[in-house]
Amino acid sequence: MSIVSVTAGPKRGWKSVSTWIGAVIVGIALICAIAAPLLVPHDPFAQDLGKRLLPPFWMAGTNPDYILGTDQLGRDYLSRLIWGCRISMLIGVTVTVVSALIGITIGVLGGFLGGRVDDAVLFAITTRLSIPVVLVALAVVGLLGSSMTLLVLTLGLLLWDRFAVVARSTTMQVRNLDFVAAAWCAGCSRFRILSGEVLPNIASHLVVVATLEIALAILLEAALSFLGLGVPPPLPSWGLMIAEAKDYMFFSPWVIVIPGVALFVLVLGINLLGDGLRDLFGARSDP
Amino acid sequence: MLQFLVRRLIVAILVAATVMTLAFILTRLSGDLAISIAGPNATQADVEAVRKAYGLDRPLTVQFFDWVGRAATGDLGESYFFKTKVSKLIGERMPITITLGLTGLVIALVVSLPLGILAAVRENTVLDRVVQMVALLGQAMPSFWLGLILMITLGLQLGWLPISGTGSWQHYVMPGIVLAFSAIPAITRLTRAGMIQAMGSDYIRTARAKGLSRASILLKHALRNAAIPVVAIAAVQLGFMLGGSIVIEQVFALHGVGFLAWESIGKNDFPVVQAVVLVLAVIYVALTMLADLMNAVLDPRLRGP
Repeated sequence: MSIVSVTAGPKRGWKSVSTWIGAVIVGIALICAIAAPLLVPHDPFAQDLGKRLLPPFWMAGTNPDYILGTDQLGRDYLSRLIWGCRISMLIGVTVTVVSALIGITIGVLGGFLGGRVDDAVLFAITTRLSIPVVLVALAVVGLLGSSMTLLVLTLGLLLWDRFAVVARSTTMQVRNLDFVAAAWCAGCSRFRILSGEVLPNIASHLVVVATLEIALAILLEAALSFLGLGVPPPLPSWGLMIAEAKDYMFFSPWVIVIPGVALFVLVLGINLLGDGLRDLFGARSDP
Repeated sequence: MLQFLVRRLIVAILVAATVMTLAFILTRLSGDLAISIAGPNATQADVEAVRKAYGLDRPLTVQFFDWVGRAATGDLGESYFFKTKVSKLIGERMPITITLGLTGLVIALVVSLPLGILAAVRENTVLDRVVQMVALLGQAMPSFWLGLILMITLGLQLGWLPISGTGSWQHYVMPGIVLAFSAIPAITRLTRAGMIQAMGSDYIRTARAKGLSRASILLKHALRNAAIPVVAIAAVQLGFMLGGSIVIEQVFALHGVGFLAWESIGKNDFPVVQAVVLVLAVIYVALTMLADLMNAVLDPRLRGP
């Protein structure tokens, strides 16, 4: 629980159905991500042109071996979907780790030290917000070539703003509380106060921001991969699956419906869980 | 008020300068530009010729200050691919992007203002939950995917709207809806929160005590006060929409600034890429400044001492 939550919202948290729905979705996604090599019924990269564009189970002419059908190269859609979940989660989490490191450092320093440092932090946040994220990410990947590492670093360097804003404002609130003053009096160093007193007390707010950032990073990765400048093929990113299937969507709409729904449900699940956690902690996630 | 303006202007100029530096560094990341411009079949002599012709043989600092100096006077350089002035290219494409952004913003406001007000008036009822659920759904929607789904349903199956291009106003409806989706959650939530706060304040109680009609209290008193953060977020969202329209423009083949940037990235046409980044950033800064100004006009307390 957080010290800062003076004005806690309606405490729904785990009592709310939507939090549980979110938790279940995220749980399934985590299992898919971690155990993808064990779960896939077929090799997600194996092509079989004799079995191209087989329809999924609810349509006529389906093949029971391929529950969700096959793509334009005859690859099993369910296997690619599970593998795509692994990629989405991996990128969502790693991007969030990178952006959290940057954003929390900047935000806590600005909020704790105040003065000139804080002016510089505010300026950095303003500048960052003025930079068009999608365009710059596309440009970096376009100029340097697409790879997972580059994508994660680029998005991480671009998405730290919300961490910085929330870390800064919550640190400012904690800074003037009595236990921090007590720590000063006890002769604790600045570093000790930051790591031992401030960070633990703003952590719950940052966890909520982290869920929002994971969701945002997953959506951005999908959009970049859709534009052909994200995850390199033949990796089955959901965005890339939609891009590759686009030419067939007017004749067999399910080829874009399946990965799109997966993306939508995963992001919705993460947001529902994040909202639940926010209610639980009584935390603020908006700047 | 004047001091407030001047301070905002100084910050805006500093932000623009920082973005210029970053955009310059960004386009130099790929290593030797002359090689990528000259193409895969170029000889060493060709590369040297290109390097001379585009001034890439000069030191980076000279190139940088040359670019900054020219950009300050509105000269954004020349496109390597189109062989025309970048400012002219952006000028030609900008109306499409602005039209798209404004269409998106209008749709977003038309949807989210009533939703937010409704949720606030019926706070903690089923209706309120439904509105908050709609906001959550909108937040989770991948915009490019929604665009494709609309193309299949509204475009192909129902035949109501054209699928791609920019021939008529109908061409902007689908991309506008898709773009609006990205702004609807934030505006709805803020309208709801602002209205709830306003409805609980003293001046609303006074207005009630005076016997004013419910509509008058809601629209004249509460909404005007709730509008202050909404105006700010609307301007900011318009900035985000212009920056984010690159995906939508590509989906719907709208040849706006985002499409131009996307094409230019593929062609290593870096004067265009760095100029578009700069222009979008400047527009964003200008919009947030405008929002601050409008806020100061709406709420004198924000003007400061």
